[in-house]
Amino acid sequence: MEHVELFFKSIFVDNMVFATFLGMCSYLAVSKKVSTAVGLGAAVIFVLAVTVPLNWLLDQYILREGALSWLGPEYADYDLGFLSFILFIATIATMVQLVEIVVEKFSPSLYNSLGIFLPLIAVNCAILGGSLFMQSRDIATLGLAFNYGLSSGIGWFLAILAIAAIREKIRYSNVPAPLRGLGITFIITGLMAIGFMSFGGMLTGGDDAPKKEETKTAVEQKEINNTMETTEEVAEVSTITE
Amino acid sequence: MGLLSKKDTRLILDPLADNNPITIQVLGICSALAITAQLKASIVMAISVMAVLALGNVVISLMRNIIPSKIRIIVQLVVVAALVIIVDQILKAYSYQLSKTLSVFVGLIITNCIIMGRFEAFALGNSPWRSFLDGIGNAAGYGVILIIVGFFRELLGSGTLLGFQVLGDPINKTGLYAIGYENNGFMLLSPMALIVVGIIIWVQRSRNKALIEDH
Repeated sequence: MEHVELFFKSIFVDNMVFATFLGMCSYLAVSKKVSTAVGLGAAVIFVLAVTVPLNWLLDQYILREGALSWLGPEYADYDLGFLSFILFIATIATMVQLVEIVVEKFSPSLYNSLGIFLPLIAVNCAILGGSLFMQSRDIATLGLAFNYGLSSGIGWFLAILAIAAIREKIRYSNVPAPLRGLGITFIITGLMAIGFMSFGGMLTGGDDAPKKEETKTAVEQKEINNTMETTEEVAEVSTITE
Repeated sequence: MGLLSKKDTRLILDPLADNNPITIQVLGICSALAITAQLKASIVMAISVMAVLALGNVVISLMRNIIPSKIRIIVQLVVVAALVIIVDQILKAYSYQLSKTLSVFVGLIITNCIIMGRFEAFALGNSPWRSFLDGIGNAAGYGVILIIVGFFRELLGSGTLLGFQVLGDPINKTGLYAIGYENNGFMLLSPMALIVVGIIIWVQRSRNKALIEDH
């Protein structure tokens, strides 16, 4: 149950692009064509699913306060939390490099479709953001960390796929000249984010479901209660993502 | 301008408008959107990015002749990560509340594309002093957008600026609230940041027709 909840929460409620704006740079730059968007999205899912569990292990056994106690009681007081940025980014950069080499060796066809995106990914904020959110949200087990990485990746994939499809279509519309390209993409993403916000009601609906959303602001609560009104938008977004 | 030659001045002024990192080069958008619900957070973020970018540019520029080009990405990442750790520790030490608001977004300065972009495009091929100016200019261009977005979102969303109630008190109904003005709480939610940036792009490109894209 925990797994299912985290899975859907990371895809829809805490969607990387629409709720936390992670990976926006490549999201905007590589979303001109659906085919390239699919390639980058697949690479992001893959790299997130690998690096988040790895960084979870690093965090659990090296970085957090008292994590070094497995070395012996005299190490129990160390808190290496300040090193997490540099270790996380090093893990990500090496993993990306490693994945690139392995994929090139064993599956040249996959490398051709995915390869050019891999170096881009080392500096994609969605990847580092996934690890940092994993740390700040206290994901409890290795399995959950893998689940979190995988589902965040899928959420990002859905977002870039949707915007690429819309941008391919919008080429035929008469957008005001100054808004063409970047401007209209921003505004569409904003509207999609409003639509995705209504997924917030998914986890607060049941009676025995834990109240996860209590920390959110009153305004956001009101939004969540208004889910019924925005179902149209949801339907629209979900048909696009299909 | 005795200190700065004409070319150097351009390095600082260009990114502020016609070569703005956010609206024209489309770099560094992630953090620009997530933390702009308050003006204070945007200003702190702008200053942090300026410190990291200017110093990082100088460091990379000093090392530019000894970095093997094959591993330059890793070298750049290590330099940025070290600088960001310093910024993060300073924020935690002197303004803990704010560092909680910025949460993971301080760490995400590491992967802010402006920084890697400027290292690649400028610092690897220019002298330290010019790289420093370039860093200041680009970070300022980024900061300007951040501060504009933060200004409008905080003003329209909660009726305050830097925490001061500039439009009057919404509970006691003074100032603008006396004549029926209401805060637009929607401005505080994340989607509005995207739409505000979209509108900034719209305004900028209608003033300068040369920037318009053909789809």
